[in-house]
Amino acid sequence: MHKIIIVLVAAVIASPTYAAEQVIKLKQAPGVDKVEANCQACHTLAYIPMNSPFLNAAGWSAAVTKMIKALGAPIDDDDAKVIADYLAKNYGS
Amino acid sequence: MAGFRNLWGEETMITRRHLIGTAGAGAALAVSGLKFSVANAAGAPLTAGVPEGVASYATMGTLPGKKPLIQLSDRPPNYEAPIEYLRTPITPNDQFYVRYHLADIPEIKAEGYKIAVGGDGANGRAEITLDDLKKMPAIEVVAVNQCSGNRRGLSKPHVQGVEWGYGAMGCARWKGARLKDVLDKVGLKKEAIEIVFNGADGPTVDKTPDFIKSIPVWKAIDESTIVAYEMNGVPLPHFNGFPARIIVPGWTGTYWMKHVIAINALTKPEGNFWMNPAYRIPIGKFPVRDRFISQETAANTPITEMVVNSLITSHRNGDKVKAGKVAISGMAWDGGYGIRTVQVSTDGGKTWGSATLGQDLGRFALRPWSFDLAARKGNNTVMVNATNKLGQSQVSELIFNPAGYHNNVMQSITLVA
Repeated sequence: MHKIIIVLVAAVIASPTYAAEQVIKLKQAPGVDKVEANCQACHTLAYIPMNSPFLNAAGWSAAVTKMIKALGAPIDDDDAKVIADYLAKNYGS
Repeated sequence: MAGFRNLWGEETMITRRHLIGTAGAGAALAVSGLKFSVANAAGAPLTAGVPEGVASYATMGTLPGKKPLIQLSDRPPNYEAPIEYLRTPITPNDQFYVRYHLADIPEIKAEGYKIAVGGDGANGRAEITLDDLKKMPAIEVVAVNQCSGNRRGLSKPHVQGVEWGYGAMGCARWKGARLKDVLDKVGLKKEAIEIVFNGADGPTVDKTPDFIKSIPVWKAIDESTIVAYEMNGVPLPHFNGFPARIIVPGWTGTYWMKHVIAINALTKPEGNFWMNPAYRIPIGKFPVRDRFISQETAANTPITEMVVNSLITSHRNGDKVKAGKVAISGMAWDGGYGIRTVQVSTDGGKTWGSATLGQDLGRFALRPWSFDLAARKGNNTVMVNATNKLGQSQVSELIFNPAGYHNNVMQSITLVA
C-alpha cells in the first residue's frame, strides 16, 4: 500500500491537469458512515445529491434494493436499511 | 478493498488530488475561453430544470485529453458538454461528452489489442487485431452519438439515473470497418438473431453485471454500422472508446460499445441487466420505426433510434440581447432520416417561420440551423421545432417514461432585450 501511495503522489505532482476527482461532502447525520463505507466501492457519492431531492422513502429504498439485487452490491440487510433511511431523511423529497 | 479503483485503475483515493481537482475547476473555465451565462456556484453551466441536488456539487472537470466538461460524476466518469461545445456540426474530440456505467476502465494499448469474434450463432471464431480492422475496406460516417438518457434531468417528475441536461451528445466523423465485414470473417448461421458486444471496461465488484449490449442482426449488417478506430481523423480518445468502438448510426449511444473486445452472434436473445430491464421504453408511446423484435415484451422494448430533436446553442434561457435583429442558431438531428425543416416561433407557437439549414453532413449528422428574429424590448420567447424527412416533429408535452428517455420536447427560451 505504501508503494502505491508513493507512486500516486508522484503522479499527482507530475500531472496536475489530471485533476478531476470529486469531493462530495454528504450531510452529516446518522447512517452517513454506512453510506460512505458501502456505496463508494462502485461509484462516487455524487450519485446521491445528483438524484435529489425527488425520491421519497419508498423510492430510495427501491434504489438501494436495485443496487443489491440487480447490480450485486455486497451490502447486508442491516446496513441496507440504515442506508435507505439516511437517504430518505437527508436526500428525500 | 479489492477492485476499489478510480478511473485510472489506481487503487486508493488521494486527498491531494481532490484538492487540486477543486481548485482546478475555476481555472478550467478560464482555459476553455468560454463565458457561460448561467452557472451554479461552482461554475458549471447546468441546464435549468435538472434536479436541485446537481447544483450542490457539480463543477467543471477536466479529464486527460479533454477540455473542461460538466462533471456529473467522476467514478464512473460521466461528463456532459456545455451547449457552447455543440455549436459546430462536428464536435471536436476534446469537447465530446463521456459516459460510462462501470468504474473499472483499463487503459488499452493498440499493440496486442484483439477483438474475439464468434458465438453460437457464428460458423467459426476469429481474433481481429487493430491492423486487421484497418486492412478491411474503410467506411466513414458522420453520426450523432447521443446518450439514451440525454435530458433525463429535465423529466417531470424527475426519475433516477445520471441527471443529464442537454449535453450528453456529440457528432463526429467515425472511420472504421463495416461490422458486416468483421462478421463475415466467421460467417453467421441462419439461426443468428442478435450480435452482442462486450467492452474492456467492467464492474468494480464481481457480482455487478458487466456492461454487455446486443443489436438485432439486421442492424448489425447494415452498411452504416461500423467498428470505428478513428474519430474526426485521429485515433479514438481513450474516454470515447480507444482502440475501437461500435458505431450504430441513428441509434442511441447505449449500443455504441467502447473498447470493444468481443463480438458474438447469438441464436437466443441476450438477457443481461443492461438489455432488460435497463434501456427499455414502453411499447407504443414513441414514434420509432426500428424494432428489436427478439427483445420485445408485451410492455416494453429496447430503445432504438433517436427521436427527432433540436437544440438552441447560441443562447441560453434568460440571456440578454439587444432589441432589433438577433441571430439565433443551433442543431437538429434525428434517427437517420435527415432533417427536413426547423421552425421557429416568437409568439408562443401561434405562427412559425422557417430557419435556414446549414451544412448537410449526412442523414445521421447534426444539421445546423439559424434564424434571425426581431427582438422587442422586454421578454422574447423563442420556440424551436425540428421536422425530419418522415414528417415526424418534436413534441410540446413530455412523453413521460420511467427512465427519462427520448425527451424531445420543443425548447422554449426567453431572451431579454
